Amino acid sequence: MQSWAKDAVLEVQEYVRLLARVGRAVVTPPFYYRDTVQQFDAIGIGSLTVVLLAGLFTGMVLALNSGITLDQFGARSMVGRLISASMVKELGPVLSGLMVSGRVGSGIAAELGSMLVTDQIAALRALGTDPIRKLVVPRVAAGVLMMPLLSILATGIGMVGGWVVSLLQFHVASTIYWTSVVQGLYIQDIWMGVIKPIFIGFTIVTIGCHVGLRTTGGTQGVGTATKLSVVASSVAVIAVDFMVTKVLIVLMY
Amino acid sequence: MGPGGPIVVFDGVWLAFDEKEILRDVSFTLRTGHTKIFLGASGAGKSTILRLTLGLLKPDAGRIFVNGEQIEAMSEDDLMQVRADLGMVFQEGALFDSLTVGENVGYKLSEELQWPAERADGRVREVLGFIGLTEFIDRMPSELSGGQRRRVAIARAMAAKPRILLYDEPTTGLDPITSLTVDEEIIKLRDLEGVSSVLVTHQLRDAFFVAEHAAKKNGDVTFERADRGKADEAEFIMLKDGRIHFEGNASELRAAAGTDGYIASFLS
Repeated sequence: MQSWAKDAVLEVQEYVRLLARVGRAVVTPPFYYRDTVQQFDAIGIGSLTVVLLAGLFTGMVLALNSGITLDQFGARSMVGRLISASMVKELGPVLSGLMVSGRVGSGIAAELGSMLVTDQIAALRALGTDPIRKLVVPRVAAGVLMMPLLSILATGIGMVGGWVVSLLQFHVASTIYWTSVVQGLYIQDIWMGVIKPIFIGFTIVTIGCHVGLRTTGGTQGVGTATKLSVVASSVAVIAVDFMVTKVLIVLMY
Repeated sequence: MGPGGPIVVFDGVWLAFDEKEILRDVSFTLRTGHTKIFLGASGAGKSTILRLTLGLLKPDAGRIFVNGEQIEAMSEDDLMQVRADLGMVFQEGALFDSLTVGENVGYKLSEELQWPAERADGRVREVLGFIGLTEFIDRMPSELSGGQRRRVAIARAMAAKPRILLYDEPTTGLDPITSLTVDEEIIKLRDLEGVSSVLVTHQLRDAFFVAEHAAKKNGDVTFERADRGKADEAEFIMLKDGRIHFEGNASELRAAAGTDGYIASFLS
């Protein structure tokens, strides 16, 4: 138990140290612009398909379930309102976050872990490159900036999915659905839908980097790091979602 | 730091990982243009010395000087300046998987030194020519053999013309013929480019070849047995349980095998 607690404290300490080094590297040169653009592509464009599919089916199933329930109260025209509120504030950010943590967080941990165990990270340092600046900062920048965009797209396509089901399954007219979607949204909801993914993206990427850069034990260690990264970042996505939601509710509502 | 002056100095260096002591009171001096060859069993702390020299690890006690700079307490940013004059060849090459051979070799020139593309490309072709792999410039590391990867790693380490090169088991796992080509690259860099070298190996044949041969250039590069003065510039250090067990030139190492059981068993 004592050893477990010590290990946990050490992990937190190293994670905080990584964040401090990232913070310093973000505001002082050198900057690796080409690597940052590559990460925008890898994290943003690379995750697009999985995030869009997740968003689409979530919107569809949400419409299906809520439509049946609302129908019992003669309120099937309210489906759009329910979908927009759920997708924008909660499901868009969280589900895209979970998708990205599975795809990107694991990829980062595996890539950095492999580089570490094959001495490529040491080679970078020997060649005069700070791995934090070269490998971590571009990924953090891409995670923080692309995650809100992915979330917005997932939310948008979720609403479209909800519209398709509302139209075909519940025969709700398109104008009624979209009017209901807009009526269900408040500006605070939109802010929440944009701000939350920033924190979620930051969490996924920094956990992936932290776990990857602390890989030990050769190729088996890379496998363990990958698994750990997915588990830790998935749980962290939900925990961060709760904490940021709580703070935003206090600040905005 | 003139010829023969100290360029790497370890002064009473101690290092332990958790409870295990890796290095105990290790002191030595590498002089400019000379070679230090570290021998010892696996886990004796040989590779650790290279990582300490680069500042990748920090000692628990003792002082380390590289190019006259005391590095053991330096920050990572300050160490980057020291590393500008150091090159390291890692055990398995440690080439960057996602970059071509040319990009690997030119990494430091284009990414860190910001050389214009044309100048960097010229230098990359020059060093690849030096190791005889120019035609591999566009290949990926995964397409190279083990020996070619080591030679590309040497090219990458030497591209920015460092004055000190560190070799971590550069011939381990290679066949004797390929090992010989790697040994010859090490000798060429030392004798033709004036690079000071630290070589960590447990391949005795390669260690003695590097210590006892010299490169000459009369049009083509030739390798011949080094005269006594030249051979004395290569010193062996044998580590045992983290301590320096022996220090001396190749002849002294052979002579010590007559009286020292550990060295005798190692050399046999």
